[in-house]
Amino acid sequence: MVTDFDTAPDIAHVRSSLTQIKPTPGTVAFRVFNTIFLTLLSLVTIYPFVNLVAKAFSSDGEIAAGHVNLWPRGFTTTTFHFVLTDPMFWLNYRNTLVYTVLGTVIAMAITTTFAYAISRPNLRGRGFFVGIAVFTMFFGGGLIPNYILVTQWLHMRNTIWAIVLPGALSVFNLLVMKSFFENFPTELEEAASLDGLSTYGVFFRVVMPLSKAVLATMTLFYAVGAWNSWFGAFLYLDDKTKFPVMMYLRNLIAGATGSVDIAGNANDAVQIGQNIQSVTMLLTVLPIVCVYPFVQKYFVSGVMLGSVKG
Amino acid sequence: MAHQNEVVDLATTGVSSGTSLAAAGAGPGHRVEQKLRNTNTWGTALRRDWRLYTFVVVPILFLLVFRYAPMFGNIIAFRKFRPGGSPLGEEWSGFHYFEMFLTNGQFWTVFWNTVILGGLWLLIGFPLPIILALLLNEVRSRKFKRTVQTVTYLPHFLSIVIVAGIVFQLTNADGTINQILHFFHVEPITFMQKPEWFRSVYIVSEAWQTVGWGTILYLAALTTIDDQLYEAARIDGANRWKQTWHITLPGIRPTIMVLLILNIGSFMAVGFEKVYLLQNPTIYSTADVITTYLFRVGVNSGQYSYATAIGLFEAVIGLVLVLSANFTSRRLVGSSLW
Repeated sequence: MVTDFDTAPDIAHVRSSLTQIKPTPGTVAFRVFNTIFLTLLSLVTIYPFVNLVAKAFSSDGEIAAGHVNLWPRGFTTTTFHFVLTDPMFWLNYRNTLVYTVLGTVIAMAITTTFAYAISRPNLRGRGFFVGIAVFTMFFGGGLIPNYILVTQWLHMRNTIWAIVLPGALSVFNLLVMKSFFENFPTELEEAASLDGLSTYGVFFRVVMPLSKAVLATMTLFYAVGAWNSWFGAFLYLDDKTKFPVMMYLRNLIAGATGSVDIAGNANDAVQIGQNIQSVTMLLTVLPIVCVYPFVQKYFVSGVMLGSVKG
Repeated sequence: MAHQNEVVDLATTGVSSGTSLAAAGAGPGHRVEQKLRNTNTWGTALRRDWRLYTFVVVPILFLLVFRYAPMFGNIIAFRKFRPGGSPLGEEWSGFHYFEMFLTNGQFWTVFWNTVILGGLWLLIGFPLPIILALLLNEVRSRKFKRTVQTVTYLPHFLSIVIVAGIVFQLTNADGTINQILHFFHVEPITFMQKPEWFRSVYIVSEAWQTVGWGTILYLAALTTIDDQLYEAARIDGANRWKQTWHITLPGIRPTIMVLLILNIGSFMAVGFEKVYLLQNPTIYSTADVITTYLFRVGVNSGQYSYATAIGLFEAVIGLVLVLSANFTSRRLVGSSLW
């Protein structure tokens, strides 16, 4: 059931093999153009990463002279040493890890249970529950009321809760899961409940194990979102030792570009070498780049499953 | 056994919610009839599905606290707020704060910056994934297609902080773009200091990050188009271009419309975080948008009521845009969000 959204799209292939028509010159020209175009697009997409790696291993002087593009110039690894020996970097990196794990667990717990409940067609009040969630996609409270809520009502400033709670439910993810659960073969659940499983039993022992693709996808989405986020920390944290690593990076970049930092980090405004920035950027994307190839096939099928039906 | 299955089927298709009592093990058919009378009360529903309702409690609480309470908090747009005072403001001030920004020249600068940037992105950023999806769909080698997809999806998973960092490095005086310009004997351009360059930089970087991922829903929609349509079209003498125009595009029209409506609804809320990270005071004349402006006057300068009024104004525009886009789409092409 989670299978092959990847094999299906080869319509062009199936089509031509069905009828064995010789491609016209126009078709051939188009295919050549298409291949070249897509190759160029991929190269352009990948280039910034290559440049980042090259700069991470290059010396300050060569970068400033504009010599570094595809390949490191003035090869050095001292920059890595410099970043990796900064205790604040490690502390913030560890914070990110904690925020990501906790945030993802909370988000997944809320999303899966809610999505399952509102996917049951005979749940009374279902329309209301869906509506109350969907409405928040189109109208929000806005930045300032959210800020006041977290800082003055809930008193979460400088706590981990300000980072992990406000974003704990993505309505988009919720809807994807809901439509996944709606497509679930009902016979299995019926059989399970006839065998004496309660709703909890059905959910945890039948539905969850059979939803691995969509669960993996949603976990990835939430985890990546939490890993990448910085703005919550920017708004709600003053204590540098509680910063996630993205705030560490942001301050490096903001300092280096000399943009006026009104939030009061004026002492950050020193020139920070592009090599240091590059190294930090590389180290912060590393986990994502590492898991990306393995989960890619899940998220493609996961997203598609949820969305095809709309 | 057959009888039992029938009851269960009824229950799960939701024909009558009362019958699912039988599915929950309440027993044979004759009791179902009895229950049908008062199936439509909350009492019955709660008794029957109380376990499911426990799944709903926490998420609803979450939504009430973190989504609906701030909506209610918008009330301070109409009340004078004093830091340290009541979170709901001290006294009524009517539309004072709305008048304040509507008569403020700086507000109109950021308003038009927002409209232009959002409009440009809608015009350029919206069709790009559709075009890319159509091109990918014509690729015959699965391996090549996979590779292109893998590569173009990747930037979507980067933090905005990193994207901003990459933008700064590439547009730097010693960055790649200026090196290319140098090759063509063009003087180096300090992109991030020149207001006239901000919109291009923003649009290009946004396209770089989102175009690949944007194809994913279209590619999914493309798989649902019936192959026989293409075959019929080819027998009728339609070439590739005509097939694309008359079959492929109409086939993914519902997806296009849904995404268009969503995009129109959010076009006033142009990527706040990225704009904020990329901007600096020297380029405010083009790079300052409503959200970044309200962030400065609100969080940084503590004018909470004023900033809330601006935010509410923007949110209401967004809501009106979504509603009208949805209405128009339903009338014109028959597909809509709801």
